[in-house]
Amino acid sequence: MKELMIGNAAVARGLYEAGVEVISSYPGTPSTEITEFAATYDDIYCEWAPNEKVAMEAAFGASLRGVRSACAMKHVGLNVAADPLFTLSYTGVTGGLVVCVADDPGMHSSQNEQDSRHYAIAAKVPMLEPADSAECKEFAKLAFDISEQFDTPCLLRMCTRIAHAQSVVELGERTVPEKKPYEKNPQKFIMAPANAIRRHPFVEERTKKLTEYAETSPVNRVEMGDTRIGIIATGACYQYCKEVFGEGASILKIGMVNPLPVQKIKDFAASVEKLYVVEELDGVIESHCNNIGVKVIGKELFGPLGEFSQKSIAQAFGLPVKETVTADTQIPVRPPVMCSGCPHRGMFYVLSKNKITVLGDIGCYTLGSAAPLTALDSTLCMGASISGLHGFAKAAQGEADHNTVCVIGDSTFMHSGMTGLANIAYNGSKATVIILDNSITGMTGHQQNPTTGYNIKGDPATKINLEALCHSLGINRVRVVDPYNLEETEKAVKEELAADEASVIISRRPCVLLKYVKPRKPVMVDPDKCKSCKRCMKLGCPSIRIKDGKANIDTTLCVGCGVCEQLCPFDAIGHEEQTMAELPPAQCVAQ
Amino acid sequence: METKGIVICGVGGQGSLLASKLLGKVLVNEGYDIKVSEVHGMSQRGGSVITYVRYGDKVYSPVVQSGEADFVISFEKIEAARYAHLLKKGGIIITNTQRIDPMPVIIGAAEYPDGVLDELTAKGVQIEALDALALAEQAGSAKAVNIVLMGQLAKHFHIAYDKWIAAIEQTVKPKFIDLNKKAFELGYNYSK
Repeated sequence: MKELMIGNAAVARGLYEAGVEVISSYPGTPSTEITEFAATYDDIYCEWAPNEKVAMEAAFGASLRGVRSACAMKHVGLNVAADPLFTLSYTGVTGGLVVCVADDPGMHSSQNEQDSRHYAIAAKVPMLEPADSAECKEFAKLAFDISEQFDTPCLLRMCTRIAHAQSVVELGERTVPEKKPYEKNPQKFIMAPANAIRRHPFVEERTKKLTEYAETSPVNRVEMGDTRIGIIATGACYQYCKEVFGEGASILKIGMVNPLPVQKIKDFAASVEKLYVVEELDGVIESHCNNIGVKVIGKELFGPLGEFSQKSIAQAFGLPVKETVTADTQIPVRPPVMCSGCPHRGMFYVLSKNKITVLGDIGCYTLGSAAPLTALDSTLCMGASISGLHGFAKAAQGEADHNTVCVIGDSTFMHSGMTGLANIAYNGSKATVIILDNSITGMTGHQQNPTTGYNIKGDPATKINLEALCHSLGINRVRVVDPYNLEETEKAVKEELAADEASVIISRRPCVLLKYVKPRKPVMVDPDKCKSCKRCMKLGCPSIRIKDGKANIDTTLCVGCGVCEQLCPFDAIGHEEQTMAELPPAQCVAQ
Repeated sequence: METKGIVICGVGGQGSLLASKLLGKVLVNEGYDIKVSEVHGMSQRGGSVITYVRYGDKVYSPVVQSGEADFVISFEKIEAARYAHLLKKGGIIITNTQRIDPMPVIIGAAEYPDGVLDELTAKGVQIEALDALALAEQAGSAKAVNIVLMGQLAKHFHIAYDKWIAAIEQTVKPKFIDLNKKAFELGYNYSK
């Protein structure tokens, strides 16, 4: 049967057909759907782990026990999971272990555009890179074979244009390999120095064997066309090059990006007049070619920035691009914004109004940096808000204690905020930490996490109590506020900033996009009462606009959160019947 | 055949995913090779969103570039203009006339360019503009804007009406089939 599938769904299908039994992941665009789709197969145990390191270690445990296992993460997630990866390279596997990692050239939804291929090289593990959904499925299966044949974890590198592009996939059957009995093997799995010293030569030997494999494997294939131009390309870049040249160039399509073949590249180089390497991000293949003495043209022509396309490649080759018509009128940008009724908005309004310095984190609330709230001062990586605030406070020697906070989401707090909070308690900064608890992992599209009370399948699970957790981590002052209530929120922020010790404010209200959150009736503006002061516009709510000089609510978007209502000094905004008292409680219970 | 391109654009949350799903189904049923490229994540939060659909005998790239689109289908007026450069010579823009102010307009940092479609028309671009929101509401739900626009696309497209209806039946949840068929019909029959 043939099906149109996004690359991530095809990876999930490949994992399924390969007989994977355990998948543990942390969501991250553009990798999230791999695990979401995998969770739709009842034969696979799937879970959301608190972070990528935990996920990879869970996959390691499953492999150790003798079954095929996998984990998936975005490129920066592999930074978090790098620790287990580098030593997994030494231990190798029992059951096959596949690590799916999705890069985001062009940074559609990421804080950097690092190139994951460097991890494969540094950790000395093989890495496959598919170029469409059919290959996503096939390479996911092949990755398990390579993992088991060469006794190594195998990386499967995705990128946004493969992960989120649909193409046709031929479905196959699931085959589960025979479970290997568990046998204690300390020399292989206890990586204390004496054993690790003996495993390192194995790793080096394995790379030689994998390089031999790369010479003959059909995943690295030559497609001869016109021999005046030769191109080495992988993944999406292969597709762009085929689009531009068709048979007008010869292409060496690399499916295994680490280790790279040597003789195959030399032979290909000898068969073409001029050799180019077309690769997004860093010049990894180019460096390899330089190392083996093959002259190529690469980054000097294409650069290291962003996504490529058939257009950018044609332009780089000096080929004509298509004619087009554009408007001379300037089209205003349309950046993403916090949704109407987003519970983060009330807190950001309070922080912005009081001119508080805010160290931010990774999630929907990064959007608090946009005008008009412009509430954030920094965003680095998962968890850095809390640990950064500690260092900031120490450096300020008391001057930041009463005017600086950090904000971090519930899922990000569980991912890597806890350790930063422990540092605040242990090393005694007077930081004010705000946990924006919207009861879901929001930005990646609503995944459950250890604080939501549900697992990946939507079944009830242990719900970690954030208040108790923060207390246990050594914070005495922990309070919960409803960010829809501006007065209460402002009071809490001011009191906790004034306090002479560290504190945590849990700003709690579920994401309005959650199915169980029922929107209230939209609010309305009474144009007779509105004095056009535009105070409500300071919220940056997409539902509020100025029409004929007066504030006006787009009732198709408004969910009636009532935050703007509290800002209006003229009582011009309101529900006709409902009041704040009728709001559902902040500690909403999911269905 | 030469690979064809269709662009579906709008504001995050407007339902472009179902539109591309339906279009994908129609094209797969016809036996074309096809690629559909979307961007998930950050841009879905009320930002400008775009989906590329390419079909033909053999499709390589999943993205549509400047001057390669046979159709640009837009859920919002100025989004049509934002991506007009993707249209090839002789291509058609099909757009909803709905206006959704982007944040720079809301906060007064930019003007909403109301007349931009007229400017494109004056430059010779064929634009089919319709109030898809009103037609969707007439069909029974404001959410059916996507299917209304697909109906209008079908009117200019080489695949027969019945095949679209069959694809709707294969794509949409059973309880929404009648609503979507109605929305499709209204979009298909709309003319200025």
